[in-house]
Amino acid sequence: MSYTLPNNPEAGIILDDMSVEVELLQSSTYFSGLSSKELDSIRKYIFEKTVARGEIILFEGEPARAVHFVISGVVKVFKTSADGKEQILYLARAGDSFNDVPVFDGGLSLASAEALTQVVLYGMEKGDMEARLREHQKLAENVLQVLSQRIEQIVSLVEDLSFRRVTGRVAKILLENAEDTSGQQPKLTQQQMAAMAGTAREMIGRSLKLLEDEGKVRLERNRIVIRDKEALREIAGVGT
Amino acid sequence: MTEMLIIDLSKCNGCGLCVEVCMCQKLVLVDNVVKIRSKIECRQCMRWCTMCEMVCPTGAIQCPFEVVTEE
Repeated sequence: MSYTLPNNPEAGIILDDMSVEVELLQSSTYFSGLSSKELDSIRKYIFEKTVARGEIILFEGEPARAVHFVISGVVKVFKTSADGKEQILYLARAGDSFNDVPVFDGGLSLASAEALTQVVLYGMEKGDMEARLREHQKLAENVLQVLSQRIEQIVSLVEDLSFRRVTGRVAKILLENAEDTSGQQPKLTQQQMAAMAGTAREMIGRSLKLLEDEGKVRLERNRIVIRDKEALREIAGVGT
Repeated sequence: MTEMLIIDLSKCNGCGLCVEVCMCQKLVLVDNVVKIRSKIECRQCMRWCTMCEMVCPTGAIQCPFEVVTEE
């Protein structure tokens, strides 16, 4: 038997005891290490939802009703500024969770979440999660670990964003890797730039977009064109 | 010739996430390994979105950029 949650038509379907796969549940960091008996008692509080690519799963600022666990696919968790600029906080993949913090502190969703691919989600409503945390110590320990890692991730992002360090490092990388007089044209991926700059890949895209918006570079298919070398030098903090 | 994105077949695990996110539909899964559908430029993409590189869990797909100076 399946039915929708009361007062929450968007929640999806609560599956009967035989439908929520214990193995899939165990793949989520939250439920890692819990016994079969514990998982059996928990899974009846889980709902499942399948989301199409491009669909917004939740919006920043709306009341946080449930913690979501990604079973398959990739979810983009992001914030949007007043002028429409987007900052990706992280990508949630199979085993990851999102919307945890606002559920635990009873607030509003801190970020939006969009399905980058077709996504299968499990979820647990706030009240059910609070009750399960009281009942299962291992679950509470796992949640603590997840939230600690989330804080570290966010602090690192704040540091990079606050001090414009990453944009300066990206500018330096571009200058150092621009075609030289030998005609060599080294090619870089955003992942490589992230490793060189010591930051997350998501920050590289943002920095490149920022430099483009400021007219310092132009992004083309498979090319980054430096438009203002002097300006990049200034941003990078290197001499002329 | 347009630079193509690079696929490391030894790293590709056939998850198909890149195929799902590709807006140009240039990627396809063949025998559980991702392939580029065509070397012809896609007229719908003005620039590389690099979403495939972003979602790939193994780093098998790369979108390399040349860095050039405007004359």
